[in-house]
Amino acid sequence: MASIDIQNVKKAYGHVQVLHDIDLKIKDGEFVVLVGPSGCGKSTLLRMIAGLEGVTAGEMRIDGKRVNELHPKDRDIAMVFQSYALYPHMNVAANMSYSLKLRKAAKEKITAAVAGAASKLGLEALLDRRPRALSGGQRQRVAMGRAIVRQPKAFLFDEPLSNLDARLREQMRAEIKKMHGELKATSIYVTHDQIEAMTLADRIVAMHGGVVQQVGAPLELYDRPANMFVAGFIGSPGMNFLEATYAGGSVTLADRTVVTLPGALALDDGAKVTVGIRPEHVVLAAEGEGMAATVDLVEPTGFGIILHLSLHGLAFKVFTTDRAALSAGPTVHVAFPSTQIHVFDSSGVRANPLAPQA
Amino acid sequence: MKTSLLPTVAHRLALLAYVIFALFPLFWLLKVSVTPNSLLYSEGVRMWPSQTTWEHYAFVLQHSAFPTFFKNSLIVSGSTAVIVTICASLSGYALSRFHFRAKYWIVALMLLTQMFPLVMLVAPIFKILTPLGLTNSLTGLIVVYTAFNVPFATFLMQSFFDAIPKDLEEAAIIDGATKFMAFREIILPLTLPGIAATLGFVFTAAWSELLFALMLINGNNAATFPVGLLTFVSKFSVDFGQMMAAGILALIPAALFFLLIQRYLVQGLTAGAVKG
Repeated sequence: MASIDIQNVKKAYGHVQVLHDIDLKIKDGEFVVLVGPSGCGKSTLLRMIAGLEGVTAGEMRIDGKRVNELHPKDRDIAMVFQSYALYPHMNVAANMSYSLKLRKAAKEKITAAVAGAASKLGLEALLDRRPRALSGGQRQRVAMGRAIVRQPKAFLFDEPLSNLDARLREQMRAEIKKMHGELKATSIYVTHDQIEAMTLADRIVAMHGGVVQQVGAPLELYDRPANMFVAGFIGSPGMNFLEATYAGGSVTLADRTVVTLPGALALDDGAKVTVGIRPEHVVLAAEGEGMAATVDLVEPTGFGIILHLSLHGLAFKVFTTDRAALSAGPTVHVAFPSTQIHVFDSSGVRANPLAPQA
Repeated sequence: MKTSLLPTVAHRLALLAYVIFALFPLFWLLKVSVTPNSLLYSEGVRMWPSQTTWEHYAFVLQHSAFPTFFKNSLIVSGSTAVIVTICASLSGYALSRFHFRAKYWIVALMLLTQMFPLVMLVAPIFKILTPLGLTNSLTGLIVVYTAFNVPFATFLMQSFFDAIPKDLEEAAIIDGATKFMAFREIILPLTLPGIAATLGFVFTAAWSELLFALMLINGNNAATFPVGLLTFVSKFSVDFGQMMAAGILALIPAALFFLLIQRYLVQGLTAGAVKG
């Protein structure tokens, strides 16, 4: 197991810079999730850690040792691919033992390692099968098994669950988390699925446009997003944003509704701001209170109900577990609890304090 | 679900008609090769002669230069197929996986070579090979055939390499393999159908090539089989029986060769590598 240090790392293809000054310290045994929309550079960063992509500038260290120029085969890192990348002409056992064979490990040791990984993943009965005779979930397990048998310095996961159906994904997610609890292996996991990021990570690295937007514990990103990108990306359904003006510790929305904030912000009076509120924090108020909004669409999810509203002509979402909302009329009234309001300045950076609010 | 009978029957009949159409010339070859000379013109058009004989085969094998032609053809076609496949595997892999300067121009140039009618090239090639002492030699033929087949075979192999996901190589490299080991142990085994197809394609192309063999070879010692067949045509007559018998014999190695590689030609070896 190992720590991974990424210092001022840049990546460019020709004149196109895809990663800008990435700085990240991953502790030994930590589970870090790189999350972001497609094209944000998260997979590129992962492939650079693996050594499949070169480092344009900056330094990458594994266990304190500079690896910029080290060939992937000498980095002692295992990777689980989105496509699984199993060797089709080898059976499951051979797939799992290939890395050990390349390292010229003793036969007994290989057999023991494969048997150990197989029992951990429930693959004992499939060891003689070729990948083509396996289901998607089984292939995924073999790909995990191939990583486990090596006992590498770190595990890299490149969207490993995105080819599975929803139910299997949920199950594998829990298994990966359980396995990490047992193996305590340094893991870097790339996904565009914020639920995977929230549930698996010790720390999330939210990326956008080749820049790290925020690094922190999952709930930290949920409760105190550093900017509008993180605010909008983490959480489902996504956060609502409304234009507003700040003055003396309160914000005034477009319809002149004034919401008093719990504390004053370091903003000039009259500053244009964006107010963010999560759909699950919006309160459905009685008539005459809060703001009136028209109902466009009602989506029952079973657990709760998502109301798609139109508030001053802007799309606005509310999530509630109150089933009365199912029969919500053409107009509803919404109110914002002031403690749940996120304020972003004109450049989209969080204006509320980043430290936990008392 | 009940499948309706009529389309199935029509489908099979169409296939049968095609098979008969395709195989009839071969059948005729066989028929003429076993027909005694005395009956060839006297019996009219019959599907099978009233009397059969192996005398043409015996003559071809014992009294003609056919065994020499046969040996020459085997050497030329076999060597060409092997050399071309090795070159095409390496160049096809490079075109499929590497980015390098002038890649575009190399591909364009290779494509260009395929656009010339061969007849145009006979004279210049003869002129090049003569001072090198490569006319009237099997080596010369192998060189020429290799040169002509490498571009197409390269494109063929490239398409097979393109079909193999890059992830597989990367997985092998992360597992601790060098790039060459990943090529040899992971990629090459998966390309066996492609290699078999290329071998078969080049072998048959060289086996049946006539133009260059005719122009570059003079005399029986280095003649390949298609040239040899022409020796059965003399000024006043064509010995059809012997010619057909030689033709049948010439089919044997080609058929054997395909029998050997056909199990690799069956696709689907890569199924299951990645999510399909």
